[in-house]
Amino acid sequence: MTIDWSNFTPWSSLAGGILIGIAAAMFILFNGRIAGISGILGGLLRPRKGDVGWRAAFIIGLILAPLVYGFFAPLPAVHIDTGAGLIVLAGILVGVGTRYGSGCTSGHGVCGLSRLSPRSMVATAAFMSAGFLTVYVARHVVG
Amino acid sequence: MQLLFALLAGLVFGGGLILSGMADPSKVIGFLDLAGKWDPSLAFVMAGAIGVGFLAFRLAGRRANSLLGEPMQLPTSRHIDRRLVLGSLAFGVGWGLAGFCPGPALLNVAVGGGKVILFVLAMLGGMALFELSAKMFARRAG
Repeated sequence: MTIDWSNFTPWSSLAGGILIGIAAAMFILFNGRIAGISGILGGLLRPRKGDVGWRAAFIIGLILAPLVYGFFAPLPAVHIDTGAGLIVLAGILVGVGTRYGSGCTSGHGVCGLSRLSPRSMVATAAFMSAGFLTVYVARHVVG
Repeated sequence: MQLLFALLAGLVFGGGLILSGMADPSKVIGFLDLAGKWDPSLAFVMAGAIGVGFLAFRLAGRRANSLLGEPMQLPTSRHIDRRLVLGSLAFGVGWGLAGFCPGPALLNVAVGGGKVILFVLAMLGGMALFELSAKMFARRAG
């Protein structure tokens, strides 16, 4: 293993992480909800009365974030090297997987680990290992 | 009020994703690439988020209602089953392939271009597939 010092951003990543933690803290303390993005989005596909507004508001806030951020600082570039076919496959796996697994990086990874939930520890270990293995195969075996 | 705080939480969450670098899939893949040139930044994102989250959830655990008077909806399931593990493994494969998890993908919907839209549509398709199969199983069981 070699460290990629040229792309390593400890301070801005730590600061960004703290902001993510503040958002999750706001959401549980004010709204009484877990900031799990796959769960918030997935619930919109099974709309129930009185359950749509807060989900839509959170997602709209997320989508507006780059536009607001852009007022204060330049937006960092987004690089997507994956081809269209693999993007579709990846999207389907993320959609199905996060719903069957009841959470993603935000719900299990951030909120679940913060609650010291054993379920979320198992889920996070599973998706992290699968992610490491997938990138290993894609970059060093096939690629 | 509830809607305003949900919108604000989404905005702050998104701001954190951008500042942390995690809005860029190549940065996420840099973390997942242990055998190549490894970028440990994502570990710092997790440390920052969990540090704040740990305190917040300890506070939340002591309350029956949120500050806006909503019931505190903390997950109660403690079941570690096949569904949790297999679902998370499938998610991890998709995450490794594209470098996108749901937050950063949605965040980039308005600014990221065609491939982001394609990913989000496929993700919604996957979620709809889950809803359909859940409905089918419920019908069979019922």
